[in-house]
Amino acid sequence: MRKIWDIHGGIHPPEKKSLSIAQQLQQAPLPDYIYLPLTMHIGAPALPIVSVGEKVLRGQPVAEPSSSFSAYIHASISGTVTEIGSLPVSHPSGLTGMAIRIDSDGLDTPAPTNSVPDYLAAAPRDLLDHIRKAGVVGLGGAGFPTDIKLKPVNPIDTLIINGAECEPYITADHELMRSYAVDVIAGIQLLAHILNQPKRVLVGIEDNKPDAIEALRSAANGTGIEIIEIPTKYPSGGEKQIIQILTGLEVPSGGLPANLGIVVHNPGTALAALRAVREGEPLISRITTFTGEGLTQRGNLHVRIGTPVGALLRHLGADPEQLPRIIFGGPMMGFQMPTPESPILKITNCVLIPAAVPDNRAPVPQPCIRCGACAEACPAQLLPQQLLWFSQARDQEKLNLHNLFDCIECGACAYVCPSSIPLVQYYRASKGEMRDAERERIAADRARIRFETRKQRLEQEAIEREAKRLARAQAAKERQSADGDQDLVAKAMARVAAANKPDASSDARLQIQLQAIDDRIAALAQKRDEAEGEAEKDRLEAEIKTIQAKRERLVLKRQSDSPNEAATDKSS
Amino acid sequence: MIIASSSSPHIHDRGSPNANRVMVQVLLALVPGLAVLTWFFGWGNFINVIWCSLLAVSLEAAVMRLRKRPVMFYLRDLSAIVTAVLLALAIPPYTPWWASAIGILFAILIAKHLYGGLGYNPFNPAMVGYVVMLLSFPVSMTQWVTPVALLAEGQSVPDLMQAVQIIFTGSTGLDSITSATPLDVLKHNTSLLMPQFYASAPLFTEARFTAVGFEWVNLAFLAGGIWLLYRRVITWHAPVGMLLALALMATIFYDGGSSASKGSALFHLLSGAAMLGAFFIITDPVSGATSNFGRLIFGIGVGLLVFVIRAWGSYPDAVAFAVMLMNFAAPTIDYYTQPRTYGHAKRKHMKLGGGDDS
Repeated sequence: MRKIWDIHGGIHPPEKKSLSIAQQLQQAPLPDYIYLPLTMHIGAPALPIVSVGEKVLRGQPVAEPSSSFSAYIHASISGTVTEIGSLPVSHPSGLTGMAIRIDSDGLDTPAPTNSVPDYLAAAPRDLLDHIRKAGVVGLGGAGFPTDIKLKPVNPIDTLIINGAECEPYITADHELMRSYAVDVIAGIQLLAHILNQPKRVLVGIEDNKPDAIEALRSAANGTGIEIIEIPTKYPSGGEKQIIQILTGLEVPSGGLPANLGIVVHNPGTALAALRAVREGEPLISRITTFTGEGLTQRGNLHVRIGTPVGALLRHLGADPEQLPRIIFGGPMMGFQMPTPESPILKITNCVLIPAAVPDNRAPVPQPCIRCGACAEACPAQLLPQQLLWFSQARDQEKLNLHNLFDCIECGACAYVCPSSIPLVQYYRASKGEMRDAERERIAADRARIRFETRKQRLEQEAIEREAKRLARAQAAKERQSADGDQDLVAKAMARVAAANKPDASSDARLQIQLQAIDDRIAALAQKRDEAEGEAEKDRLEAEIKTIQAKRERLVLKRQSDSPNEAATDKSS
Repeated sequence: MIIASSSSPHIHDRGSPNANRVMVQVLLALVPGLAVLTWFFGWGNFINVIWCSLLAVSLEAAVMRLRKRPVMFYLRDLSAIVTAVLLALAIPPYTPWWASAIGILFAILIAKHLYGGLGYNPFNPAMVGYVVMLLSFPVSMTQWVTPVALLAEGQSVPDLMQAVQIIFTGSTGLDSITSATPLDVLKHNTSLLMPQFYASAPLFTEARFTAVGFEWVNLAFLAGGIWLLYRRVITWHAPVGMLLALALMATIFYDGGSSASKGSALFHLLSGAAMLGAFFIITDPVSGATSNFGRLIFGIGVGLLVFVIRAWGSYPDAVAFAVMLMNFAAPTIDYYTQPRTYGHAKRKHMKLGGGDDS
C-alpha cells in the first residue's frame, strides 16, 4: 500500500452519486444540429476551415488551431455547415460567441481515419501529432490541450491519473472507468509511453467507487500502474489536491505540476488519446452525467460534442423550458447555462438540474461573524473570512498578501459558511478586478516606456543631426581651403552684378551665363570624382549631362539670333 | 425558463450550524452555569438574564429600525441575546436593574451598532458593557452574596419574588448576606501562609476544590464549554491557551504557598469568570483572532493578562479587561499568524516591522 497524505480542510457534502450511477450507460440519440464553439479548450480560439454550405463528414476537422496553444475541432455528425458566427457557446457569462453550426443529414457518415495500431512502437512525436490532430483536450474540466501537457519542459517522473471525481452528483468518470477499464489502462500506458515511461504511474480514485477501482485493478494487473484508493472528501480531485494526496508534494504557488516532475491527466483524456491513436478517432463524443433532483430520468449518456443540452433533456423526458436551472458541471463548481440551446462541450462532464425553487435557492446572506469555518474547510489554507473583508474593501494589496490567487474556487468555504455568504463570488469578482488592474498597470508601464524611449530617440536623432551638420560644414570648409577657391561666393556675386547691369548687352549676359555654367560643371565633375558609391556618381553624372545640354542650347541661341534680345531674355 | 441568477457553489451545508444555530448552542451551553449560579446564589442571575435579554432585543430592534434594516431578519441571529446573557451571567447576581441597563445600552448601542453591527465590532460587546458597569458602579459590581451553603441558621438567599424586589426596587435586604468573593479574599490576604489561608474561612474549608459555590459555577461553565467543543461550535485553541497560561502563571507565582502567594493554579482556574471567559467570551469569533494559531496566541494573552491583573492590579477579577486588551491586539495577531498557504514556502509577513504593511 502506497502511503497517502491528507489535504487541509475539505468538506463532505451529500454525494448523491447513486442518482446517476445506478443506470447503464446509454447512447444519446443523434442530434438534429450541433453548435461547435471555437473555444472549447484553454488557449487561442480555433479558426474555421469550412465555409457555410459545405458538406462535412463525422470526424472531419472543421476548425484548426490558430497557434501552438490551441486545438482542432471536428464535426461530431455528418451534415452541412449552416452558420458560422455568434451562436450559443455554453460560456459561464451567458454570452454568445463564435461557433460553427452543422445541421445533420441523419446519415452519420464517417470521414476516413488514420490510425496507428502499433502505437507503443511509434515515436512519441508522431503520437503527439495524432493526438493534436484529433483535438484531444483535458476532459476533466479545464480543457487544456493534451498534446501540450504531454511535452512538458521538465522531465516527468510521475504520471497521475485523476479519477477522484470528488464533486457530488457527477459519475461520468466513474462510468467511464468501470465500463472501459481495459482501454483506460491502455490509454494510460500510451500516455506513459509518450512521457518516456515515468517512474511512477498512479491512478487516484475516491473510495466511493469500489467497482471502478476493482475493474481498473484487474485491468492494470502486471502493468506497474498503481490504482490508489483515496478517502472520499471534496475537493480531493483538484489537481493540486490529488498531487498532495498521492505524493505529499505541493505545486509551488504560480507554478505547474511539471515543476515537480508531475503531470496529471483525467482518465477520460487517456481514453480519448488512445482512441485518437489506435483508431484514429477524433474527440467528437464524451460521457456526460445527467442528474439532479429536477430530472426524473437520470444517468450517464454518451453524447456528441456540440449537442444542444435541451435536445438531450427532452430525450430524458424533461421539458427544458420548464426547468428552473441548467448547470454544466457539478453543484460545487458548475456554471449555470443561459439557455437550453447551450451545447455540450468537450469539458462538460455533468448536466445538473436542481430541484425546482424555492427549495434550492441560495439563502439570504447574514453578516460574517468570522467564525472561521471557512478557513477550516479551505484546501488551500487561505483565510476566506479575511479575503471577504479585503474583497469588500477592494484592498488589492491585502488580497495579494493573503494569496487570493491561490484560491482554486472550489466553493468549500461558501458551502460551510453559517452566514450563507457567497464567498467564491466575491473572490471571482476581486480576481477579475485585480487582473484588470494588472493589465492596466502593464499597459501603463508599456506606454511609459514607449514614451520615454521615443523621447530618448528624438534627442539622440537631434544630436546626430547636429553632429552631421557640423561635420558637413567642416568638410565644406576644408574642401574650399584645399581648392584655394574661397572667393567662389564673391565671383558669383560679381557675375550676378554684371548680368544685372542695365547696359549689359544680351550677348554679354549670355557670355556670363555660359561662364557660370562652366564653373558649375567643373565643380560637379570634381564632386563626382570625389564621390563614394556608384549611385551618387551616377546622379552627379546625370546632373552634369543636363547642365551640358543647357549649355549647348545657350551656345546655339547665341549663334543663331543674337540680335533678338527678347528671345534671349526668355531663354535665360 | 426562470433564470435565477446563481454562481457556484449551488449547494449549501444544511447540516452544519448556521449563524442562528451557533447562537442557540452557545445559549444552551450556558444553561448549566446559570443553573449552578441559581442553586448557590439564588434567582438573581436568572432575573438579570431575562431583564438584559428583553432590553437587548428591544434595543437591537430599535437600532435596526433606525438603520432601516429588516428587524426580524437580524433579530433571528440571536446575537443580541447572547450578548445579554453573557453580561447577565458575568455580573453579581443582584446587580440593580439600572446598572445592568447601562451595561446593555453600552454593549448593544455603542460597542456593537456604532461599529456597524454584528461582525464589525472590534470589542466584545458584553465585556464593554461589563467594564462600563465596573468602572461606574464599583460597589454594586463587587457585591456578591454568600453562597447558600455558607449561610447561617435562619438566613436564606432571596426567593424569586425577593430577588425581583431587590433588583428592581433596590430594597436593602441584601446587606446581611453579602460577602467577598474568593479572589477578593485572597487579594486582601497579607499575613497567612496558603495552607493557613485555606483553613481560615468556611468559604474554603467547606469546599470540594477551592471555594464553595464558585468552584461549581466554573465547573458548570467548563462542562458547557466542553459540549461546545464537542459540537464543534468553538475550537480548543483559545480556551486551552488561556487556561494553560493562567495555570502556568499561577504555578510560577504560587511562591511555595507563602503569605505573598497569589494562589494555586486550581484556585485561579475555578475562580471568578475564568471558565466563562475561556469558553464563552474569548471564543467570540468577531472580536478575537481569526486563525487557529492566532486564537491560541489570543488565549495565551488573555490568560497572562488575567493573572497579571488579578495578582497585581486593583480589581479582583480581570477577564473583561484582559479580553478587551487582547481585542485591541487581535488585528495585529491576525497579521502575523496567517497560515502557510498551499504551495508557499513559508508564512507571509513574519518579518517584524511590517515593511509590507503600507
